Amino acid sequence: MACTDRAIYSFESLLIIFLRCFPAMLAINILGLEKIYNVGFWRKRAKRALWPLNLRVEEGEIFGFLGPNGAGKTTTLKLLMGLVFPSGGSARILGMELDDPRMKAQIGFLPEQPYFYDHLTARELLRYYGQLSGLDAKQLSSKVDAVLEQVKLIDSANVQLRKFSKGMLQRAGIAQAILHDPKVVFLDEPMSGLDPMGRREVRNLIEDLKTHGKTVFFSTHILSDAEALCDRVAIIHQGELHGIGAVAELTASVHGKVEIVWQTAVVPAGIRSMGAECHSAGDSTRVILPEENQDAALEALRREHLRLISVVPVRTSLEDYFVAQLGTSAKSEAVSSRTLHPATGDGQVIKR
Amino acid sequence: MIRSRQVTAIASTVLVCSMAMAALLLRKVDEAPPAASLQQMLYISSPKLLKRLCLGYEGLLADIYWTRTVQYFGSKHRQGGGTYKLLWPLLNITTQLDPHLIPAYEFGGTFLIAKQPQGAGDPGKAIELVQYGTQMNPNDWHLFYDLAFIYYDQKDYRHAADAFLRGSQLPNAHPFLKIMAAQMAQHGGDLKTARMMWSATYQTTHDKMIQANAAAHLRAIQVDEDVAALEQLVQTYRHRTGHFPQTFSEMVSSNFIHGIPLDPLGHPYRLEAGGRVIVSDPDDLPFLNQGLPSGYVSKAVPKLSTAN
Amino acid sequence: MNARILHIATNTFREAVRDRVLYNLIAFALLMSAAAVLVGQISIHIEKLVVINLGLTAVSLFGIVIAVFIGIGLVSKEIDKRTLYTVLSRPVRRWEFIAGKFLGLAGTLVVNTFFMAIGVFAALAYVSHHLESADLGVLVALYFIVLQFVMITALALLFSSFSTPIFSAIFAFWLFVIGSFAQDLRNFAAMAHGITRFLATAAAYLVPNFSALNVISQVAHGEPVPHRLILLNTTYVLVYSAAVLSGAVLIFERRNLK
Repeated sequence: MACTDRAIYSFESLLIIFLRCFPAMLAINILGLEKIYNVGFWRKRAKRALWPLNLRVEEGEIFGFLGPNGAGKTTTLKLLMGLVFPSGGSARILGMELDDPRMKAQIGFLPEQPYFYDHLTARELLRYYGQLSGLDAKQLSSKVDAVLEQVKLIDSANVQLRKFSKGMLQRAGIAQAILHDPKVVFLDEPMSGLDPMGRREVRNLIEDLKTHGKTVFFSTHILSDAEALCDRVAIIHQGELHGIGAVAELTASVHGKVEIVWQTAVVPAGIRSMGAECHSAGDSTRVILPEENQDAALEALRREHLRLISVVPVRTSLEDYFVAQLGTSAKSEAVSSRTLHPATGDGQVIKR
Repeated sequence: MIRSRQVTAIASTVLVCSMAMAALLLRKVDEAPPAASLQQMLYISSPKLLKRLCLGYEGLLADIYWTRTVQYFGSKHRQGGGTYKLLWPLLNITTQLDPHLIPAYEFGGTFLIAKQPQGAGDPGKAIELVQYGTQMNPNDWHLFYDLAFIYYDQKDYRHAADAFLRGSQLPNAHPFLKIMAAQMAQHGGDLKTARMMWSATYQTTHDKMIQANAAAHLRAIQVDEDVAALEQLVQTYRHRTGHFPQTFSEMVSSNFIHGIPLDPLGHPYRLEAGGRVIVSDPDDLPFLNQGLPSGYVSKAVPKLSTAN
Repeated sequence: MNARILHIATNTFREAVRDRVLYNLIAFALLMSAAAVLVGQISIHIEKLVVINLGLTAVSLFGIVIAVFIGIGLVSKEIDKRTLYTVLSRPVRRWEFIAGKFLGLAGTLVVNTFFMAIGVFAALAYVSHHLESADLGVLVALYFIVLQFVMITALALLFSSFSTPIFSAIFAFWLFVIGSFAQDLRNFAAMAHGITRFLATAAAYLVPNFSALNVISQVAHGEPVPHRLILLNTTYVLVYSAAVLSGAVLIFERRNLK
C-alpha cells in the first residue's frame, strides 16, 4: 500500500471517527490495527497478516467476522487478546487498553480448535479458570455448576477432558469463556468440527448470550451461521477488510426474485409464457421468476387448479455476496476502491 | 504498553544484578576449597573403570584430569607444599586415559622425584610412570630423557646412561643424548654433568614450573662451584696473611680480589668464621649443598622464581 | 496477584503428577536403590558406600531427566495446545505465568525427591542396620540435589519460553553436563592466556555451577559438608535461578504467540 494512500486512508478514518462520536461506549473499537510478521531465519521478509483495520462493535450485538481460511481472522483475535503484538494501530475493548487486567476480567475467549488441559476434568478445568479470573472462592462452585448446566456438560463434569468428544470440548471451551460472566465474548470458529446437533447447540448458546446483554464477536467461515445469528458482519480477505454492515443490507438484492413450487409436473401456459426455466422433479415443479410476475404466476396456477406448495422470496445469499466480494477483488482494484470508499466501520455498505 | 515496560525494566535489573551476584558467589566458593579427598578429586579412582565409563571420550577426560593435576600441584605448592599424595593417582589416571599426553610424564618425572615438601618424593612411582610412557611412546626421545633424568637424580648412573643411549638411537633424537650417555657412564657424579643435565632440561622443556625448577638447580650448581672456588681463595689468603679474612671487603682492599663476589641472584657472598663462604639469602637459593650458613634450616617450600 | 501464581503452580503440579512418565522414572530410581543393595553385597565393607553413591546418583540423574522432560514442555506445550491462549486472555500477567510454572515444577521435583529419598534411606537402613549421625550428610546431599533441580528447572523453562522442545532438551542437558565440569572450566580458564582466557572465564561464570552442588562422594565417605558451603550454594542457586527466570520473563513478555 503506497504511502500517500495510507496517509489519506488514516486521515479519513480519523476524520470520520471524530465526526461520529457515539455517546454509548463501544464494546470493541479497533483503530488502524495492523500486523506484519518477519519471517525467515537469515533474511527477514515482511509478511503482512493484517492491513490497518478499523472496526467498531456496539455493546449487545452479535458481530460476525467472516473470511476464508488464512484471511486474518485469527490474527485479529490474537491481537485483541494480547497474544500477539500489533505492528501499528491500537484497539480498545470496553474503553480499556488491551493489556489492562480489568478489561481482561470482563472478556471471555474461545480459541480455535482448543485442547485444554486434558489431565483435568471439566469441573476442575472450570475451577482453575475461575480462580485465574479472580472469582470468589465461595461462589466458584456454584458458578461452575451453573455454567456446566448451561452448556449441557453437567453429566460429564467429572470426566477427564482427554475423553471428551470434539463437540464436548467446544462446549467446554464456551463454558470457560462465559464462566466469569464477561461483557464481551470472543469466539474463534466456534462451530468448527461440530455435527449439526452441536452447531445447533452452540447457536442457541450464542443467542442466549445476546439475550443476557452480552456482546459476541465471533469469527467463522460458515456463512449460514453468520446469516442466522449476526446483527452485523465484516468480511475480511487476505488481511484486508472488504465489507461491513448488517446482514440484511448486504444481502438485499437489487432485483428480487421469487421461487414458486407446485404439485404435478404440469407447467401452466401462463407460466411457460414468462420464459422462465421450470424444473420438474418427481411430482413437483419449481420455477424462479421476477417478483413482479409473482401474482400473475399464482393466478395461472389457480386457474389450472394446480396445488401450490410454496412461494419463497429469493435473496442474494450471503454466500453470493461473499463470493462476489472475494472473487473480483484483485489487489489493485481493492486499493483503488478503498481510497474512494473507505470501510468506515459504522454500518455503511460498500458498493463496488 | 506501560505495564509491559515496567515488567521489562524490573526483569532486566534482576537479571543483571543476579548474574553479578552469582559470579561473586562463585568466587567465594572457589576461595574456600574443602580438603579434597581422594575420591572427591578423582570421582572414580580406578583408571580401568573410568576408561570404560567415559564412552570413548578418553581424550577429553584425560585433558580434564591433566588440568586438575596441574591445578592440584600448583595450589598445593602455593599453600606451602605437602605430601602431594594425589599427584601419582592423578597422573596415573591421566596417562592411562591418554598414554600420549607427553607433558604428563615430564611433569611426573620432575615432581614425583622431588623430595617433600616440594614434591611427592616417590622415585619408584616416577620410574614406573615414565617407563610406562616409554612403552606407549617408543619413538619419543623426550621420554627417555625424562627417564634418564630420574635415574640420574637417584644416582643410578648406569641406568641413566642406558636410558640416554636408548633415547639417542631414536629418530630425530637430540644429539645431546649421545653426549650425555658417554658423560654419564664416566663422570656421573660430577658437577659438570649436573650442569649439563639441568641446562638441557631448562632449554627443552615448555613447562614453566619445570623451567623454574631447572633454573633453581642451575643456580645452586653455580653457587656450589662459586663457594668451592671462593673458599679456595680464602685458604690462599689465609696462607698469605696468616688469618682468615673477616669480610670480602677486606680482601678487596688488600687487592686480593677485584670486587665483592656476587651470587647468581646478584646478592653478595659473605664470610663466616673459619673461612666459610655463605650466601646472603639462603631462602632464595634452594637445592644448595654448599654455602649455607651454619645452623640454617631450609624453608618449607622455597620459591621457584622464574627470574634467570 | 500471588494467588494466581499459586493456582498456576498447583495446576502445573497436578499435571506433572498425573503424567505417567513421572511414575516410571520414580519406579526406576527406586529400583536403582534396590540394585545398590545387591551391588554392595558383592564388595565387602563398602555396601554403605555403594548404596549412597549409587542411590544418590540415581536420584540426581533421574531428577534431572524429569526436570528437563517436563520443563521443556512447560511453555511450548501450552502454546501448541493453545491452552495458553485461554489463560492469557484472563487477567493473568505473562510473568505470573512463568513464575507459576516454575514453582509448580520445582514443587513437583521436591515431592519427587522426597519419595526417591525414602528409597535411598530404606536401602541404607537395610545395609547398615542402623542410622548414624553421619548419615545426616545424606540429607545435605539431597538438599543440594534439590538445588540442582531448581537450577535446571529454571533453565528448561528459559529455553521452553522461546525454543522447541527438542532444542530445549538438548540445550538443557548440555548445560547440565558443562555445569558439572564448571570447576574444571575455571581451572582451564586460569591456565589459559589471551582471548581464550577471557572467553573461558566468561563461560565459567555464566555456566550453572553444578559441580559445587555434587557432594555425593564426600557424603558417601562420611565427611561433613561445611556450613559455609551450604549457605553459599543456597544463595548461589537462588540468585542464579532468579537471573535465568528474569531472562525467561523478558523473552516471554515480548513473544508473539503463533
